Amino acid sequence: MAHATVRFGLGHRPGESPPEDPRAWLLAQLRNPDPTRLPEPPSAAAGLMALRDDRQTRPKPGESRSRAMFRRDALAQLGNALATPAPFRERLVWFWTNHFTVSLRRPQCAALMGAFVEEAIRPHVTGRFADMLLAVMRHPAMLLYLDNVRSVAPDSPVGRRDKRGLNENLARECLELHTVSPDAGYTQEDVTSFARILTGWSIDLRADPPGFRFRPFTHDPGDQVVMGQSFPAGEAGGVAALGFLAAHPATHRHLATRLVRHFVADDPPQDAVAQVAAVLRDTGGDLGAAAAAVVALHAAWQPQAKLRTPLDFLVATLRALDPPQPQTDPPYLIASLALLGQPIWTAPQPNGWPDRASEWAGPEALMRRIDWSYAVAGRAAATADPASLADATLGPLLRPATLTAIRRAGSRRDAMTLLLTSPEFQRR
Amino acid sequence: MPHPGPPPHRTAGSPAAGNPSGHLTRRSALFGLAAAFTLGRASLAFADAPTEHRFVVILLRGALDGLGAVVPYGDPSLAGLRGALLPPAPGQDGGMLELGGFYGLHPALGSLHAMYRDGEALVAHAVAGPTRERSHFEAQDCLESGADHRLASGWLNRAVAAIPGGKALAVGVSVPLLLRGPAAVGNWAPHGAAALDSDLYARIAALNAGDDLLGPAVAAGLRERGFSAAAMAGDEAGRNRSAFPALARAAGELLRAPDGPRIAALEIGGWDTHSAQGVRLAGALRQFDTGLAALRTGLGEAWRQTVVIAMTEFGRTVRLNGTGGTDHGTASVAFLAGGAVAGGRVLADWPGLGPGRLLEDRDLQPTADLRALVKGVLAQHLGVPGPALAAIFPDGGAAAVAGLVRA
Repeated sequence: MAHATVRFGLGHRPGESPPEDPRAWLLAQLRNPDPTRLPEPPSAAAGLMALRDDRQTRPKPGESRSRAMFRRDALAQLGNALATPAPFRERLVWFWTNHFTVSLRRPQCAALMGAFVEEAIRPHVTGRFADMLLAVMRHPAMLLYLDNVRSVAPDSPVGRRDKRGLNENLARECLELHTVSPDAGYTQEDVTSFARILTGWSIDLRADPPGFRFRPFTHDPGDQVVMGQSFPAGEAGGVAALGFLAAHPATHRHLATRLVRHFVADDPPQDAVAQVAAVLRDTGGDLGAAAAAVVALHAAWQPQAKLRTPLDFLVATLRALDPPQPQTDPPYLIASLALLGQPIWTAPQPNGWPDRASEWAGPEALMRRIDWSYAVAGRAAATADPASLADATLGPLLRPATLTAIRRAGSRRDAMTLLLTSPEFQRR
Repeated sequence: MPHPGPPPHRTAGSPAAGNPSGHLTRRSALFGLAAAFTLGRASLAFADAPTEHRFVVILLRGALDGLGAVVPYGDPSLAGLRGALLPPAPGQDGGMLELGGFYGLHPALGSLHAMYRDGEALVAHAVAGPTRERSHFEAQDCLESGADHRLASGWLNRAVAAIPGGKALAVGVSVPLLLRGPAAVGNWAPHGAAALDSDLYARIAALNAGDDLLGPAVAAGLRERGFSAAAMAGDEAGRNRSAFPALARAAGELLRAPDGPRIAALEIGGWDTHSAQGVRLAGALRQFDTGLAALRTGLGEAWRQTVVIAMTEFGRTVRLNGTGGTDHGTASVAFLAGGAVAGGRVLADWPGLGPGRLLEDRDLQPTADLRALVKGVLAQHLGVPGPALAAIFPDGGAAAVAGLVRA
């Protein structure tokens, strides 16, 4: 029971009673509508308008409208993670957001990150993968992040006039990371052809409202072949190519591998991957069915096999302790994630944050977790009994040695620190 | 009851008649009602306090071993109970610091001893807070509430409310229960104040040791931060990482400021010496002693108008346990320090350590209520009137100890 909230959810909140039937609790979250209601729902149009303003007013770094929007949206998403009654669904949102990484490493994406989650990811986490993929590839955040807005077919009118050319970035990452993966055995020729197909997928910053725009004058006029499949020129050819990639067996295997790595074990058991891939194949890429298939895996119920990433750890800690958050600049949650080594929406590369414990368990990284835990414990609700809190948070996962250490601690703060830094809290 | 050693000092003098109110009038005219001050990254606003008297409470969280800090070496039963842990006799190399023929201060408390010799520090022994619970958290709640059960506010906050214009400051990351309540309280901590002591790091490392991934990584992280394996095992004093001296210094500077707060609360941990007490207690006492000296430095001239009280939730077992440490007990010590303290003495109705003298045959028997000490300071130093004292400590209990403050 505790395992369900830890492995599939975001950590247990002491005030809530654990689900009586964990599997039914998880499946209901997949079935029911997303309860998220953001106070100020972000949109790509609003983000692009902020970007447009910033390009005109040229504010100092950190004082732009885009950055303000980034902070607002990041805090809204984190706040939702702390409060949501559907933590499994929320975990899926974060999982797919990381699968389709866009990052602040491209600062012009700042105002679009929240919109990307809300428009391209969240609506589709229990829907069809093909729909999510199309929404991602048309989203201004992704088109900016992976340079497709600059890509011009050399044979297009604009390419011939301005001597401009292809940018393969989005096409390559879409094949390598988002869909079929290198296991599919595609070639450089396939990458180039796919990049030609995607030419013209761009944004219009001057439109009202600004947003995605297919630009025929930068689009390659010829038919293209990708992985043996022919696609006609035009926007519809790109939609067809994405449909082909989404339905490819190699994509199902790749997505299944990533899901199982995230929810089951760093080294995904091959039979588990095969089961989830089969569900994706049989359902036409139904992500809700795939998530349910992960819940059904026997291996997913072996506790403590995964290490919490800094984001998981921060969310679980704050759900458990609910400490008052200090007024700081930059905001506390954002600063904390940066300190812990996983600044929000700022993955260094398009492959996103790693999902293996060894990547997060460096000595300094763990020392920072310990020190941060101590700081948070200093502000935590002083009325809670640490031993009861440990029991309410971890249930049967709590080891006797940890409980003894908590009971013996000389202060509530020490006791809370011991809880947060125990292996059973660090793992999920 | 046999009473070895010097008679207990139960001074019955009347408190100070003079009040440095000349300063007050002039200062009020100069600075008006409120002023702001800054230190480091923090900026706080405080009303002009109508008193020049400073009061600092230091919570020693984790249960200080009173017998280790203030050793009753004159008690004939002590050596048989504590032999292995006793520092050398006063006068010997690394020996206890003499407190008048019966008690000796732990050798790590050099600054406190100097204050004692100058008549600016007082030790109260065999004192205990309001409860006989041996749970840290419950006992700390009661100590801070000033009652035998947890209240929603702390006695120091209620005292602040009883002093016209009294303003208080919690120095540290959080506001302790001691200072929570209806009266407005400031909170200040320097940037990066959160630093764990080596003992807590060691316990974290031990809990993670069995984890194939986390165990070696935490151990390596500690090594990289300069903690030796020996310090982690408790075999030598850990690297000095306590934030307490810096916090105490800052608290002193804040209190010294003409328009700063007049009342502050600080805390220091590291007292829960279940194992390897010899090394751990010495390290914690050294931090505390260094912090007291830093507080004095920070206060500067205002030290003359200051009373500091340091108290803990309970003491520790008289006998050693199986791991060179002591477990949760009952009576312990409290310290008063400051230029305003009528010090240079040990205040104790010594219960003795001989056969039949220990509480439940394990703990130092309490013979005084910590609240009586606190009431004395509040009344004599801050001028809290009797009826207000009764409201601050709703359980009643022992009367205020007289003569704590210099006449």
